[in-house]
Amino acid sequence: MAEAEVNSYVVLGAALFMLLNSAAICVYAERRIASFIQNRIGPNRVGPLGLFQPLADVVKLLLKEDVTPVQGFRTIHTIAPMIPVVTALLTVAVIPFGDGIYVTDINAGVLYLLAAASLGVYGVTLAGWASNSKYSLLGGLRAAAQMVSYELPLGMALASVVIFVGSLSVVDVAVAQENWWFVFLNPLGAVIFIIAAFAESNRTPFDLVEAEQELVGGFHTEYSSMKFGMFFLAEYMHVVINSMLITTFFFGSYHLPFAGYWLPEMSTTAKAILDITVFTGKTAFFIFLFIWVRWTIPRFKFNQVMSLGWSRLLPLSILNFIVIAAILFAINA
Amino acid sequence: MATYAFVLLAVLAVASALAMVLNKNTVNSALFLVLNLMSVAGLYLLLHAQFLAIIQILVYAGAIMVLFLFVIMLLNVDEEESLFDKFRAIYLVAFLLGVVVFGQIVYSLGGVTDLLPEISADMAYVGTVEAVGEVLYTTYLMPFEMTAILLTAAVVGALMIAQYKVKTSDQEE
Repeated sequence: MAEAEVNSYVVLGAALFMLLNSAAICVYAERRIASFIQNRIGPNRVGPLGLFQPLADVVKLLLKEDVTPVQGFRTIHTIAPMIPVVTALLTVAVIPFGDGIYVTDINAGVLYLLAAASLGVYGVTLAGWASNSKYSLLGGLRAAAQMVSYELPLGMALASVVIFVGSLSVVDVAVAQENWWFVFLNPLGAVIFIIAAFAESNRTPFDLVEAEQELVGGFHTEYSSMKFGMFFLAEYMHVVINSMLITTFFFGSYHLPFAGYWLPEMSTTAKAILDITVFTGKTAFFIFLFIWVRWTIPRFKFNQVMSLGWSRLLPLSILNFIVIAAILFAINA
Repeated sequence: MATYAFVLLAVLAVASALAMVLNKNTVNSALFLVLNLMSVAGLYLLLHAQFLAIIQILVYAGAIMVLFLFVIMLLNVDEEESLFDKFRAIYLVAFLLGVVVFGQIVYSLGGVTDLLPEISADMAYVGTVEAVGEVLYTTYLMPFEMTAILLTAAVVGALMIAQYKVKTSDQEE
């Protein structure tokens, strides 16, 4: 198959543009789906079907007064909201969107993704600390504890994928799933990865970072105007990014199921269009899953989150890794 | 291009290291250390050592420094008293020694003309995951396993200290 010759800068620009806009679309989708699930109508006044609601939201956020706590640390308070946005944008660099359509192919791409994810912790922690408020600090510390804990099962689930591929390059991971998606070969790893991805993006049932009943607004209690908007944007970008990662690592990336067996040869352009459509469709499904779960399942208590992470998911993911490694070794030997 | 990036990253690394030591606020110090680690990771990238650069960020900036910040924030360390509030003769000696060392460094750096080595394909290969893994599991297997045992012992020790005589009452669940 001829690799589509796409300028990586074009891909980068398109991907960043899509990612930034997808956050706005996600907010709209979230509100509409939530109201559908709760038997309400939801936003339907601004534009046809309420489609311009995100624009109205952004204008509202921009026009609000920007309040900084007097006792807080002004510089860190300002920098903190940018960090999760930047780490979300960093991720796009290694994700392949189609056959040969990627920004760059890093030799240690999977580790790069984990590194970008691990830096996201700073945003919430610093926001909580710099606000100088007890609710913010507790929210920030909870976020840090949760994200650090769930990085381990996330990493082990990724490791169990990597031993199938034999390479840490994300492009190789995508190519290796042409015939069999890894969700069929490694179902336990997929489940662990999806749970950990939910926890990493701080979404229900793991959103005790901002549990209203206990913590007012969690780490962004003291944030207003566009600084709050940045956290809001980052949350939805992380939902999109995590959906992309679930798609890339377990659900065949841009391949249709068992595509290698039945998909006929196609021209480069047709293949590129098909690839991007398939990838976007799968990502949209997982975004829907994120929203669906949020409005269906209640949130855990904090000790339940921690014991699920450390004493259930982590041993299970290590066991999964060892068993898969042993089976692969037996087959290849 | 690479030279400019090197100068930028090197200046950033030195400046953030200095800022880390000189800053009186502990949280700011920790954040400058994160910046320092990242600029050093950038230097590794310039040498085509992708694996090392990413591991540097993943392990140091992403994991260890988060725990540092955690501890600093929970302990809520107040502004430290300045080390230099009183003048002592020993500070003068330390300052003079520092000047001497700094002068030596500047003198030895004066002769450097080409900052970055030409990176051949062979050298770039050394930085890949495959090359690092191969060396780690063949030539340096023994030290690697020793380090693993050491780390495991440290984890068990930390658990022992943390769980020493803890009453497991009915607080659970």
